[in-house]
Amino acid sequence: MEDNNFSWKRKHLTGLYDLTVEEISFILKTAEAFEEVLKRDVKKVPTLRGKSVLTLFYEPSTRTRTSFEMAAKILSADTINVSVATSSVTKGETLKDTIKNFQTMGIDAIVIRHQSSGAAEFVSKFAKLSIINGGDGWHEHPTQALLDLLTIKEYKKAISGLKVAIVGDVLHSRVARSNLFALKKLDNEVRFVGPKTFVPEYFKDFGAVVCHSIEDGLEDADVVMMLRIQKERMGKGFYPTEREYAQFFGLNKNTIKFAKPDAIIMHPGPVNRGLEISSDILDGERSVVLSQVSKGVAVRMAVLYLLLTGGDVEDSNK
Amino acid sequence: MKIVINDATIVTSTGVFRKNLLIKDGRIVRIESVKIRSTNADCFIEDKNLLVFPGFIDMHVHLREPGYEYKEDIASGLKAAFNGGFVGVACMANTNPVNDNATVTNFIKCKADSLGLPVSVYPIAAITKGLMGENLVEMGELKEAGAVAFSDDGMPVSNADILRRAMEYADSFGMPVICHSEEPTLSKYGVMNEGRVSTLLGLKGIPKEAEILGIYKDLCIARLTNARVHIAHVSTKEGITLIRKAKKEGIKVTCETCPHYFTLTEEAMLGYNSYAKVNPPLRTEDDVEAIKQALADGTIDVIASDHAPHHKDEKEIEIDKAAFGMIGLETMVPLTLELVRQGVIDFKDMAEKLSRKPHQILGLKPPTIKVGEEAVLTIVNPTEEWLLNEENIASKSKNTPFLGARLVGKAKYIVKKGELFEI
Repeated sequence: MEDNNFSWKRKHLTGLYDLTVEEISFILKTAEAFEEVLKRDVKKVPTLRGKSVLTLFYEPSTRTRTSFEMAAKILSADTINVSVATSSVTKGETLKDTIKNFQTMGIDAIVIRHQSSGAAEFVSKFAKLSIINGGDGWHEHPTQALLDLLTIKEYKKAISGLKVAIVGDVLHSRVARSNLFALKKLDNEVRFVGPKTFVPEYFKDFGAVVCHSIEDGLEDADVVMMLRIQKERMGKGFYPTEREYAQFFGLNKNTIKFAKPDAIIMHPGPVNRGLEISSDILDGERSVVLSQVSKGVAVRMAVLYLLLTGGDVEDSNK
Repeated sequence: MKIVINDATIVTSTGVFRKNLLIKDGRIVRIESVKIRSTNADCFIEDKNLLVFPGFIDMHVHLREPGYEYKEDIASGLKAAFNGGFVGVACMANTNPVNDNATVTNFIKCKADSLGLPVSVYPIAAITKGLMGENLVEMGELKEAGAVAFSDDGMPVSNADILRRAMEYADSFGMPVICHSEEPTLSKYGVMNEGRVSTLLGLKGIPKEAEILGIYKDLCIARLTNARVHIAHVSTKEGITLIRKAKKEGIKVTCETCPHYFTLTEEAMLGYNSYAKVNPPLRTEDDVEAIKQALADGTIDVIASDHAPHHKDEKEIEIDKAAFGMIGLETMVPLTLELVRQGVIDFKDMAEKLSRKPHQILGLKPPTIKVGEEAVLTIVNPTEEWLLNEENIASKSKNTPFLGARLVGKAKYIVKKGELFEI
């Protein structure tokens, strides 16, 4: 946060598409500062004392929800988790009404995960509190891409000028979109790799290189990011069998050879071992999958901090 | 009742001329070059800005009654039609209960007649019972009850053999079948046009091919049956090409497009704007250009609104759950006038596409501006600027992406049944 010329203005984080390079860099810089806090014995700073953060998840989640909650707690915010299964949503309450109710209770920020693309942007249009997109449909998952950037930065010592191969079900992936938008802003080559059913040509309009063979897609790559394959897509004609998918588009000791020898292997989780990635690669030395998870807390601390304070609160503990 | 309209520009399908009109007891009795004296006239208009058209009809409207009165009812829908300058509307059958029997058709007509508005209602009955695509409705009886065409709009008949029999049977009664041309297996769960914008927004796309295949199939069956077919709301360049070719071959096909398909593109969906969510979806610049070309060369016969009212609660939700459709009765005249200003069509074409052709397709006598004819007129000020807002929309629903837009041109009067109605 040595950049004194920059001041944070946004109240919501719904996606990376609209963010400037400066904003992305500022979040990452802020996250790196918070990584120091995470290394302490006592992981607690008073930055967001008196603020309340609610996680509202309409889809299951392990990592995102837990790391948002942990991030908020380390910053001394109060946290509340609402699961849709136990909320009024099952009684037919609309998303708009649900958000307005929480707003009335005095919640300061809502982290929302929703199966509908655009859900976070939709609520941000009327919400007076901060909305953080924890993943909306196929659209964006901004904090995932930010933690991916932070991971790449640590291992590759750069977040521009790299060749990044994102492999799998790109069409239905919010992780792929958020990474594409951010990585292109930062001048990387982004390759979307997978069968045509998962990688439509339209992504070229947003700067992606489209590859339908894993050998071509991985060639000379610095970063290989595998996406989760949802098994229910098999019955819809997107791929014939798991066996065939793993053979032609999975990452294993044969296909990894096409990437650079020092390429890092990433995956947003949860992983289907043996489908999109073989266990030996996932557990191997080039895999940074668990580092990604550890970066998640710092990134989410940075996002909460910036959105809820505008970066104005001077924190003596830092 | 004597109505004098002086110094107005009279527009018909065949010509545009500045004349003075005298209407007496519902008939046009004089059309003259010299001004007509206003003495003894019950109504007198003299305004050289005004255009006098044969009465406009919107042949694709959803009035929602019976069954969905929270969206629109016959009264509010006809007020919207009046407000938009229409002397008639044809209403689609997807009500609840479905208009698949003479009782519902009669109900719609009686209700409309009881309102005393100068807007006639021409019910379009379903093709199949309950829009289920299986059993044909009683077309003969429905025709006698006042139905003007048959359509399973919104629920295209997927069984080609049923569609064939429907066209043949309807044609026996001289009635057209209106096709909502769509291949549903390609469009299922889609939210918007498949392409750049759907990719950016992460929304399931509806490929153009869903419409193209639908049109191709409907044209094939039209050729097979030699029946009269009208293709609703054409939105794609390739669909236009197929229809143009079919017309050359002599297939008895007519078609319509809607103002949103020549005014907006898929870009209107950016920001997850559910008010721009329609079916067929808004397409690309390329399609808009093709539609304009087809309007100019006459491939597209009719401009209709596909007026589809939906409650706010059905739009102010997640985009994939939001209802398809926008209202259009009250924006059709200014948006069509925009085409004239752009030089795409002229006023004569406008008279053709908003009055003569749609009347003809529905088997109705088109109003004409001739001495001795019944006076059914829409009088328009083509240069009046106005702001579209929720307050000046007569429709019960306000679902239009044009809310807040400055529009140019407005229908000002309707002449019908011997009276002058100021809008």
